[in-house]
Amino acid sequence: MEAHSSEVFVIGLTVFFLACIIGYYVVWSVTPALHSPLMGVTNAISSVIIVGAILAAGPQGFDTSKIFGLIGVVLASVNIFGGFLVTYRMLSMFKKKPKKQKE
Amino acid sequence: MSANIVAILYLISALLFIFALRGLSHPESSRMGNIFGIMGMVIAIFTTLMFKSVLSYYEIGAAILIGGAIGSTIALRIEMTALPQLVAAFHSLVGLAAVFVAAAAYYDPVAFKIGEFGSIKTASLVEMSIGTFIGAITFSGSVLAFGKLQGTISGKPIVFRFQHIINALIFLFIIFLIILFVINQSPTIFWSIVLVSILLGFLVVIPIGGADMPVVVSMLNSYSGWAACGIGFTLSNNLLIITGALVGASGAILSYIMSKGMNRSIINVVLGGFGGEQDNSSNKNNSDKIVKQGNAEDAAYIMKNADSVIIVPGYGMAVAQAQHALREMGDILKKEGIEVRYAIHPVAGRMPGHMNVLLAEANVPYEEVLELDEINHDFPMTEVSFVIGANDVTNPAAKTDESSPIYGMPILDVEKSQSVLFIKRSMATGYSGVDNELFYRDNTTMLFGDAKKMCEDIVKSLSN
Repeated sequence: MEAHSSEVFVIGLTVFFLACIIGYYVVWSVTPALHSPLMGVTNAISSVIIVGAILAAGPQGFDTSKIFGLIGVVLASVNIFGGFLVTYRMLSMFKKKPKKQKE
Repeated sequence: MSANIVAILYLISALLFIFALRGLSHPESSRMGNIFGIMGMVIAIFTTLMFKSVLSYYEIGAAILIGGAIGSTIALRIEMTALPQLVAAFHSLVGLAAVFVAAAAYYDPVAFKIGEFGSIKTASLVEMSIGTFIGAITFSGSVLAFGKLQGTISGKPIVFRFQHIINALIFLFIIFLIILFVINQSPTIFWSIVLVSILLGFLVVIPIGGADMPVVVSMLNSYSGWAACGIGFTLSNNLLIITGALVGASGAILSYIMSKGMNRSIINVVLGGFGGEQDNSSNKNNSDKIVKQGNAEDAAYIMKNADSVIIVPGYGMAVAQAQHALREMGDILKKEGIEVRYAIHPVAGRMPGHMNVLLAEANVPYEEVLELDEINHDFPMTEVSFVIGANDVTNPAAKTDESSPIYGMPILDVEKSQSVLFIKRSMATGYSGVDNELFYRDNTTMLFGDAKKMCEDIVKSLSN
């Protein structure tokens, strides 16, 4: 990561708008039947802020920032594991059922 | 690791997240999508752990294990009917995590290369405050939404005078605090932003009623994305910006779809005060009308002699946990050679796609579950519509009665089928408080009782 400058901000803004457009098209292609799993996945991936939390928790020693970072890591991990697992559970219910056997 | 390698690994991770969402375009590709998402997350975490400044592996590892254990336990134990609450709870954690990351960046700007404590760059301060603000709103709004969905707090909208003016003033006050924070960088101001934003989050969700929750849950989903974006800008991290934007866009589109399903603007839902459960005292003008009442045997008889049945599930099915009994009923009917399909209204349930998940849980093949647009034109050719736990989404008043609060809302045309079976606990109105004229039609049979019990009884009668 580089130092903050107006240039970096403009690059960030470019990335932001392009990502919004990708998000727009990708999400419209999601079948309505899978809107609940979509929320599960987006919930899990939005916890990628764990990256920021890890950076804060990274340095040795103990200070305010590190404690906040560690709390952030815990909270984000709850979401990452919980989000992907619950999505997995939902999606495994949408498996194609084997042809119905006669009872 | 060089900055370029980091950037490339983060890019791969972002691409995997995009594929994760793309996979959801079809149930068969969706499981692979989830795996892409997990891979993306693993790459992102390991890349960050490789940073030179990251040294405390034990603490971080322990934190991940604790969080992971809690998250896994909850995710594995949760009942599928409680999904909306779970999602709301998870959103609150994303919001809170964003606040903590912003706070960490504020107290140790050196670790994030955005200046020194007390002299952080202005742009970073603005981005940090916006991330904090959105994160805190997401947190408190989701906590309240969780309470309403869980039933801890009444689902009724709480409306008071000058609500919107108060919210607007608080919002302006937050902007003022942010400006102050950028100027003096004081910790007091930082935490004031957090606290006032938390208050605003509560106030924004408080007037929104239970049945509008699909919109609220989607909206909070969107906010949690924008919060991640705000943090991404603070840290100049493209991965966070991309992921945040994806999530933000996703939540925004879901909110749009949901409010369109109710023929209301998002603004109208957000301003709130609509979706309260009302008692049946409001429909006295209909008390003299006659309702044809039936029991499980009548229902079984009617369906057995039909050749096509469309089942319309709603939130009541989730409350009664009737999906398994319902599927059993559907199976018997199918064995008799009757065509059975399910029709899902976009706002059925308490979160987008809620009904689809419950039916999938009960092993209903997804090919039999159709969306409003796909199935609505089939009602005139259908013999029996079986409405279970839904009400307003079938109300013909939405098409004919311009004075009705639900006028203009797209509905499932069950009234066009030859006969309608309607499971209901009582004659109470739906969330909109509007009476449903469908109840009084000649071809409608009301089945009063608990949805699950009724389905089980119908199954019994059918098997005799």
